Amino acid sequence: MDEPMNRYIEILIAFHIIVGAVFVFVGSFGLIKLPDLMSRLHGPSKATTLGVGGCLIASMIHFGSLEGRLSIQELLITFFLFITAPVTAHFVAKAYLHTEADPESDLPPPQGRYGWSTFVAFKATVEQDDQPADDENEV
Amino acid sequence: MMDDHEPSVDDRSDSTAGAPSREVEPLQRRGFLERWLPHPWLSAVLILLWMALLNSFTAGGLVVGIVLGILIPIYTSNFWPERPMIRSPFRAVGFLLIVVFDVVVANIQVAYLILFRRPDQLRSRWIAVPLDLTSPEAITVLTGTITLTPGTVASDLSADGRTLLVHCLDVDNEAALVRQIKERYERRIKTIFP
Repeated sequence: MDEPMNRYIEILIAFHIIVGAVFVFVGSFGLIKLPDLMSRLHGPSKATTLGVGGCLIASMIHFGSLEGRLSIQELLITFFLFITAPVTAHFVAKAYLHTEADPESDLPPPQGRYGWSTFVAFKATVEQDDQPADDENEV
Repeated sequence: MMDDHEPSVDDRSDSTAGAPSREVEPLQRRGFLERWLPHPWLSAVLILLWMALLNSFTAGGLVVGIVLGILIPIYTSNFWPERPMIRSPFRAVGFLLIVVFDVVVANIQVAYLILFRRPDQLRSRWIAVPLDLTSPEAITVLTGTITLTPGTVASDLSADGRTLLVHCLDVDNEAALVRQIKERYERRIKTIFP
């Protein structure tokens, strides 16, 4: 491959790395700036996806063009990241609901007569104490 | 817990009444192919994943991949006896492209909010999204999509599986956001999963 072509590719790689790094930085900065746990959760679960994605695209371009072999491990990293990020966010949110939130005052009611699943075990025991026979029939 | 999910399970078996038995059977009573290849798609995905992890094609690697692709579904099949059904793989690809596009937009929006909005001016709150989806796989996909896209994190499911609790970073119009989630994502997921 001739020299000027290489330079354009390197500029392209650098661009993707910088964009990725900026998004990772903003996501981490959100952890400091945002006021409470639930809004802090938004930073890492999203801003980081594009940040890591940018670096991975740069890596694919690098191996694909400059070293001349197709590298698909980056796609796998993206794939695993997309699968694991929502699950982690969900766990942290559940832990927050258990420890900090009050289902009656903080959360909107769900449709139907069952509560949110995080709190429903607690509610079921309370109802059972009140009227055990009725509860048997419902379940 | 399981008792509370009863209504959604009933709906599901009604909607797939024509499909072959989705009953929970012990491993020993299944047919030959079902016993040795309980999840053909999972096997294919595992082999592809293994080859991608190796990052180079060798015959030995392929043999190990095939062995893993056969053994792992057999050992785990008692944990998920049903085969998740996908009605339309092509629509799934289209949905994936929309989600990737939205993830990029979401990143830019959240980055803007973090950098240029004062924290006490963020209108962050919980909203409840009523669901039309009933199958666990479809709800899982919708939950993941909501968490990855603009300013929303899916946090909890109601005990009967019919409502999703979503936390929003900055929301002006709740009804518009619920409508967007339902029309942009849920409607498409509904065409992918039965």
